[in-house]
Amino acid sequence: MFYPTARRIPPPAIALGALLVAAFASPLAAQTLPPVHTDSSAIADARADSAKRPYTAADIAFVSGMIHHHAQAILIANWAPTHGASAQLRTLCGRVINAQLDEIHRMEQWLADRRQPMVTPQFTRDTSMRDMPGMNMAGDSLMPGMLSSAQLDTLDRARGDDFDRLFLTYMIQHHTGAVHMVQQLFSTYGAGQDETIFKMATDINVDQRTEIARMHRMLVSLALGITPPPQ
Amino acid sequence: MNHRLFISSLAIATSIAIPLGAQQVPAPGAPSPDPRVGLKPGVYDAGEASWNMKLASLTKPTEKFQKSINSDLAFFGHYVIQGSFDGFQIWDISDPSHPTLRTSQYCPASQSDVSVYKNLLVVSSESNSGRLDCGDEGIKDTVSAERIRGVRIFDISDIDHPKYITNVQTCRGSHTHSLLVDPKDKANVYVYISGSASLRSPKELAGCTKATPDKDPNSALMRLEVIKVPLAHPEKAAVVGSAKIFEGLKQPKSHGQTATDSLAEAKEIADAKANGGYVFTAFGSEQVASPRFVTSLLDSIVKARNAAGTPTAEDSTTLRVSLQGIVDKIIASQGPKQEGDPIMFRQCHDITLDPSIGLAGGACEGHGLLLDIRDPVRPMRIDAVDDVNFSYWHSATFNNDGTKILFSDEWGGGGAPKCRTTDPHEWGSDAIFSIDQSKKLHFESYYKLSAPQTPQENCVAHNGSLIPVPGRDIMSQAWYQGGVSVFDWTDAKHPMEIAFFDRGPLKPDEMVLGGSWSAYWYNGVIVSSEITRGLDIFELTPNALLTQNEIDAAKTAHLDYLNVQDQPHYTWAPSFAVARAYVDQLERSNGLSADRVAATRQALDGAEKASGAARRSALSKLATQLDSDAKGSSDAAKVRTLATTVRGVR
Repeated sequence: MFYPTARRIPPPAIALGALLVAAFASPLAAQTLPPVHTDSSAIADARADSAKRPYTAADIAFVSGMIHHHAQAILIANWAPTHGASAQLRTLCGRVINAQLDEIHRMEQWLADRRQPMVTPQFTRDTSMRDMPGMNMAGDSLMPGMLSSAQLDTLDRARGDDFDRLFLTYMIQHHTGAVHMVQQLFSTYGAGQDETIFKMATDINVDQRTEIARMHRMLVSLALGITPPPQ
Repeated sequence: MNHRLFISSLAIATSIAIPLGAQQVPAPGAPSPDPRVGLKPGVYDAGEASWNMKLASLTKPTEKFQKSINSDLAFFGHYVIQGSFDGFQIWDISDPSHPTLRTSQYCPASQSDVSVYKNLLVVSSESNSGRLDCGDEGIKDTVSAERIRGVRIFDISDIDHPKYITNVQTCRGSHTHSLLVDPKDKANVYVYISGSASLRSPKELAGCTKATPDKDPNSALMRLEVIKVPLAHPEKAAVVGSAKIFEGLKQPKSHGQTATDSLAEAKEIADAKANGGYVFTAFGSEQVASPRFVTSLLDSIVKARNAAGTPTAEDSTTLRVSLQGIVDKIIASQGPKQEGDPIMFRQCHDITLDPSIGLAGGACEGHGLLLDIRDPVRPMRIDAVDDVNFSYWHSATFNNDGTKILFSDEWGGGGAPKCRTTDPHEWGSDAIFSIDQSKKLHFESYYKLSAPQTPQENCVAHNGSLIPVPGRDIMSQAWYQGGVSVFDWTDAKHPMEIAFFDRGPLKPDEMVLGGSWSAYWYNGVIVSSEITRGLDIFELTPNALLTQNEIDAAKTAHLDYLNVQDQPHYTWAPSFAVARAYVDQLERSNGLSADRVAATRQALDGAEKASGAARRSALSKLATQLDSDAKGSSDAAKVRTLATTVRGVR
């Protein structure tokens, strides 16, 4: 079986070839979301795990939702170079992109191994986002922490220090939302029993909490005009 | 038919430049190209590459553990206890080429971190699915009396029949734990509980309150739980303390500072004070206000008195008086605002105890902590460091004399491939710090596995231990599917890999969790817990970077048991092996001339062949000669250590 899904084509400015060249030229943060493969043995392993401790609709919803949630973080982190972000913020954004792309891949793998409907992350702003779960522009069903369309507009217009400040403020909001999604998962009957789900959710919880603390500090540094020591 | 689900790849825009520091320099003689690149995928038929170490055996898990996740290791006698998400297995490793299973206990719990002391075995339980009755069906209720999150304690006096004595429940379960043997307390051992999983409901375990510590002194946030296990009555094990090691923790500087950085900064602050600059305190230390910040504050002061134009001397005075207050307000306005703010939670992932020096290294989410553990129930924080390149402080290892500490960053949680060519050297690495006389930490360098791995291999810094080669700081470390790396960090600024072992990915086109969880030296071998494949045992092979004499000397440091996070302090009884190891090191460092190296070796050989008074006399003569050699040596301390060793050989 071969399922090419309707993942969106990247904008022309970021051609795949050029990125691959960049990736080999220097060990910078150039990174792609690799294809997800699964096979009969992976599906059988997932089925065996599930026989012991079945995953639930809440687990699937968590994974599917978190893929969209991560995609928005990557969307705005990608703005750093074009919006005059400071070196410190670019480093943070580089790590957010790297970390959350890998997590999206893990979550897609989890869905594929369990033959659940694949979720297509949206890394660009696009009017079709209105149709996606959790990204309703009416604002009535945003997942916790997701930036509203108005917030995205504001951030996209900001440059330099203003971008840094807004980005940190919004990403703290965004990460805090992810942490609440984890809390919600673990307070749902039957959820989080699957070992992989437990690990993914716990990792997201702790990584994002740690990063929130870091972003609070960066905000204070920005407000106090302290330049962190050079790296 | 191709049973593959394939999704087209998407490139993500990343012109984000990551500043990279100096890369590690490969050791002289390191194979090039690196044979770890391009290894054939497979579970039991994967390609293998090794350098300066060899695989003595790989033993598959027993049937019931084959689909499980193998985790951490503990050692006693000639046994290794291998934790697993389904329980634990005890292997007899008297013959490293043929380990045999002694017993296994099916009792699911993640991560089943294990520690052993005499007849007691402590096993961690973290996830929501762990059951008191060791069942594997999980627990659906969010509040349940059947759940175990904390530690289980087994009596393994009869190794073939481990007896489940008791358990101790904790507020967020136990991801890892560290067993502390206090040299002053023979009646008890202590268990420090670490882990960052979600907090239990107070309905499930009383006292697990989310209130912030200022509102409820018993808050489960930001604390370290300490369990006391009375050796005569282990069934009475209970939480006896909850040290608040995070209390008052100001965010430290954003990069672990080198000693030079600290001096330069102190001078900058002194200069600013002397020249009328503006200095305030933030993040726990003094800072010089930037001209831009000062200008904006002065402008507001001018505006506040309804004026415009250049600030007056009076405005400057106003700012000087009010600066700290303004700074404090800014800090307060940016901090966590309400109960439940995620920033309010702070926990350690793992703590490494070194009772011989009274210190512990806490790897605690966003910080590396140095703790004073002379009072085991009341550990106290001495210093804290942060590092912009560190995502998640995971574990700590002291060098043997306690002058250095190595923290590792488990960026991505271990389930992600963080050793690709696109992953910076400083991310998911080890950070080495020196510990000065006043117990302050100073950043020295990063160490990361140098061989790029594929996207199908989860790889990041993970668990390791010291290899007790006298006179050097050497450790073996697990890097998941990146394999095992043995490196020398004697020179803290220039760590260098000296041996490795690696396999190809488990699967050709899919990343599944696997590889080495822990790679620990125990009485002459390196034992590695392979997450899916089983138990690996390695032997070091002699080479120019680590000689047979040095390996032999390491083997003389015998342990009766080992919990790596209760770090043993190694001592080496004087012996010919230890003396020869020092001679080899002096040859390498040119601390003794070639003639003197040859003569010393000859004298040692002669003394070893002799016995009684003749041996004593030969050794005494050699030691006297070495005392005199030390005076002109560039490595005088080591020559003196050699002389002392020679004097002590019997």
